[in-house]
Amino acid sequence: MASYTDKAGRPIVVVTGMGLVTSLGQGKQDNWAKLTSGMSGIHRITRFPIDAMRTTIAGTVDYLPKSKSTAPDLSEELATLAADEAIAESGIGTKGAFPGPLFCAVPPIELEWPQRRILAQEAAPNAAVSYDDLLRAAEANGHDAWHERFLYGSIADHLADRFGTRGQPISLSTACASGNTSIQLGVEAIRRGDCDAALSIATDGSVTAEALIRFSLLSALSTNNEVPEAASRPFAKNRDGFIIAEGAGALVLESLEHALARGAKILGVVEGVGEMADSFHRTRSSPDAKPVIGCMRRALADAGVEPDAIDYINAHGTSTPENDRMEFTGMSAVFGERLTGIPISSNKSMIGHTLTAAGAIEAVISLMTIANGRIPPTINYELPDPAIPLDVVPNVARDATVTRVMSNSFGFGGQNVCLILTGEPA
Amino acid sequence: MSNRRDVWITGIGLVSSLGEGPEAHRLALSSGTAPVVNETGFAPYVVHPLAPISFDAQIPKKGDQRQMEPWQRIGTYAAGLALDSAGIKGDKDILGTTDMVVAAGGGERDQSVDGAILTEIENQPNPEVFLNEQLQSNLRPTLFLAQLSNLLAGNISIVHGVTGSSRTFMGEESSGTDAVRIGWSRIAAGTSEIALVGGAYNAERRDMLLLFALKRLAMHAPWAPVLAQPKGVPTGSAGAFLVLESPEHATARGAKPIAKLSGVWSERARRNEPGAVEAVLEELLKTAGAGNGDETAVFSAASGAPEPTQAEAAVLARSGLPVRSVTDRVGHGLEAQMPVALAMAALSVAEGRLFAPLAGETLEKPFDGPLSRAIVTAVGHWRGEGVALVERAD
Repeated sequence: MASYTDKAGRPIVVVTGMGLVTSLGQGKQDNWAKLTSGMSGIHRITRFPIDAMRTTIAGTVDYLPKSKSTAPDLSEELATLAADEAIAESGIGTKGAFPGPLFCAVPPIELEWPQRRILAQEAAPNAAVSYDDLLRAAEANGHDAWHERFLYGSIADHLADRFGTRGQPISLSTACASGNTSIQLGVEAIRRGDCDAALSIATDGSVTAEALIRFSLLSALSTNNEVPEAASRPFAKNRDGFIIAEGAGALVLESLEHALARGAKILGVVEGVGEMADSFHRTRSSPDAKPVIGCMRRALADAGVEPDAIDYINAHGTSTPENDRMEFTGMSAVFGERLTGIPISSNKSMIGHTLTAAGAIEAVISLMTIANGRIPPTINYELPDPAIPLDVVPNVARDATVTRVMSNSFGFGGQNVCLILTGEPA
Repeated sequence: MSNRRDVWITGIGLVSSLGEGPEAHRLALSSGTAPVVNETGFAPYVVHPLAPISFDAQIPKKGDQRQMEPWQRIGTYAAGLALDSAGIKGDKDILGTTDMVVAAGGGERDQSVDGAILTEIENQPNPEVFLNEQLQSNLRPTLFLAQLSNLLAGNISIVHGVTGSSRTFMGEESSGTDAVRIGWSRIAAGTSEIALVGGAYNAERRDMLLLFALKRLAMHAPWAPVLAQPKGVPTGSAGAFLVLESPEHATARGAKPIAKLSGVWSERARRNEPGAVEAVLEELLKTAGAGNGDETAVFSAASGAPEPTQAEAAVLARSGLPVRSVTDRVGHGLEAQMPVALAMAALSVAEGRLFAPLAGETLEKPFDGPLSRAIVTAVGHWRGEGVALVERAD
C-alpha cells in the first residue's frame, strides 16, 4: 500500500490541477504544443509607444480583454484564467468553494500614469503640479475604486472571493523567485497539517512603459531588438539580458491522502523545496554561487534524494550574462562532472521572463515535461558559450524519460528558491 | 495540534514617533506622553513622524543607506535593533539559519520627477512618448530597488546577514499578521528554530496618503483617538521586528524569553455582509481565549477607517477587557501595524503592567492589576482581520 507520508514522515504533497497563461497562449495544451515546437512568444511591443526605448520587445499578453488596462487588472485576469484551468482539472471542492488557503504571488502595484494624469488634470493648478494637487483631486472627485485596485492585496482578495479559498489569502513577493515561493508556502502549510489543500498562483501582467524603463535602467534587459523571437538566448554566448514578459501559473496542491480519498488524478509530487537568501548585493548574486548551491542542496535534502536522482533541470536561465554564468557555477558544484550529461532547458527562451509568475509557470511546464516524456528546448542557442558547457536541449524538443526535475528560481534581493518535482509518489 | 511547541519572543526592535527601542517606548507609554503628531507638514492630514534616528547605528555604510528609500531604512534599522535585542547580531551561524518573513508595501516614488512630468505632459504633442523620455532620463536607476517590496528583506540580508530564508508578504495590514503567523507556525511545528518577522512603514510621503485619499480614508487634522472617533487613518512612521525562537534553541544559547507568542490567527470577513467584521473578530477573540483570566488586556491596532474601526470598537466594548489603542500612541503603520502592536504588547506583558489610559479614548479603562496576557487585534482598513496572543513566559 502506498504511504501517505514521505521519507521524513511528512504528508506527501501532490499536484492535482495546473493552469497556464503566457504570451504563447492560454491554457496548458496550447502552450505545450508551442513550447515543444520551439515557438517564441516574444514580439514587438504595441501596448505603449517604444520611441526612445532601449528595449522594444517583450512577451506581453496582448490577447485578453484587460491587456490594455492596469497592471493589477491584467494580473488578476491572468491569475483567474490560470486558476480556473487548475481547479477545473483538479475537480477539487465545489464551484466557488476551494477547500484551502490561497498563496498568491503578485507584481508590484501602485497608482499608474493614466490615473495620475487624470488627477493632475482635475486639480488643474495654475503652477507646477505637486502631489498636494493630486491629493486635493483625489479627495474631491470620487475615484473610490482606484483605492482598492491599487492596494497590494486586491488581486488576491478578488481571487479569494471568486474561488472561495479559506481564510485570509497571502499576497507575496520574492521578486523573480515568487512563483516558487507561492508553491513553497502551500507545501509547508500542507506538511504542517494546517490544511489538506492549497491554491498556489503566481501572476504578472505588469509590463508598463515605466516597468520596462526601470529594468532597462538597471541594464537587465536584452537590446536584441531586431528579431524579437531570437532575442532570448539563455546560456548562449551572445545572450545580453532578459526579455520582460507576462503570464500566470496556478497549481492545486493537496496531501496525497486527500487527493486519493477523493479519487483525484495525481499530476505530480512536490518532493522538495529549498531556499537560501544571498546577502551579497541587491541585484547581483554572490560570485561564489554559495547561496544558489545551498538552495539547490537544501531542496535535494528536503526531497531526500541525491543529485544523481535528478534527470532534468528546468533552469532559471534568464539570458542575462550574469545569471546564466552563476547558475552554471552553482549547478557545477552540486552536480559535478555529471552536469554536462543532464539535459537543462530554459522556458524563458520562448516565453521570456515572466518575473513574479516565472516559478509557477515553470513548475507547470516541468510537470508536463515529466508527463509527456518530452523536454521543451532552449531556443536561440546558436552560439554555445564555451565558458558554460551544458546540454541545453538546443533549439529542438527532445523525447526523454524524465522522472525527477529540479526547477530553479532566483530573484533580486538575494532570493533563491528551488523545487524538486516528480511524477509519481515514491 | 498537540505536538506544537512554544514560541518565545527573544528580541524586539521598535522605532516610531515615540523614539527607538523598548526603553523609549516604555517611558513614553508609562508617562502618558501625548501622541507625537504632525498636523501641518502634510495638511490637511495627520501624520505621526518618525522620531529623529541616527541610521548609522544600525546601517553603518552610507552606500547602503543611499540605496534605500525611508521605508527600507526604517525597517532595516528596526531589524538591527531586534537582532541586538536577541543577542544574535553578527552571529553568522545563527543568522545563516534565521528565517525571515517581512510584511512590506513599497513603491516610494520620486515625487519631484512625477510632478515635473505631470506639469508638462498635457502640453505635449505625444504625451506617452514624452513620459517615456522623461522617465528614461530622470529616474534614478537604483530607485526601482528602493521601491520593490522584497528589497526590505533584501537589505536586511545585506546589512545584517540574515540568510536562512527570506519571504515578503504584501497586502496591507493582513500581511503583517500573516508574516508573524507564518514565522510562528514554522517554529511551533518544528520546521524552523529562529525567525525574524516584522515590517516597516514611512507615513511621511504624499504618494501613500494619495492612496488613502482616493477613498477619503486618511485622517484630517485635528488628531482624534481612533476607537472613540474613527474618522480616518492617522498614518504613522514606524518599524517593528520580533525575533521568534523555539525554547530549545534559545535555551541552548542562553537566551531568555521576553514573552511567549502563544498564537496568531488571521481571517477575512466578507465586508459587504453586514456584521461580518464583528462576527469574525468576535470568533478570533474567542479562539485567542479572550474569556480566560483577569490579567488580560487588548492592544488594538485599529486603523481608524470608520466602518471597520466602529465594528472593532463594538466588539472590544463587549469583551469587557481593558483596551489600549496602539494606533493612538504611534499612528497606523499599515503592513507594520501588527508587528508594532505585538512589540508593545510583549513589552507590557514582560513588564507585567498596562500603561495608563489616554484621555478621550473612552474604551480605555484604568487597569492596575498584573498583566500576564495581551491580545492584539488587527483589523485592516479595507480587508483582513487578525489576532495574536502574547503571554508571560514564566
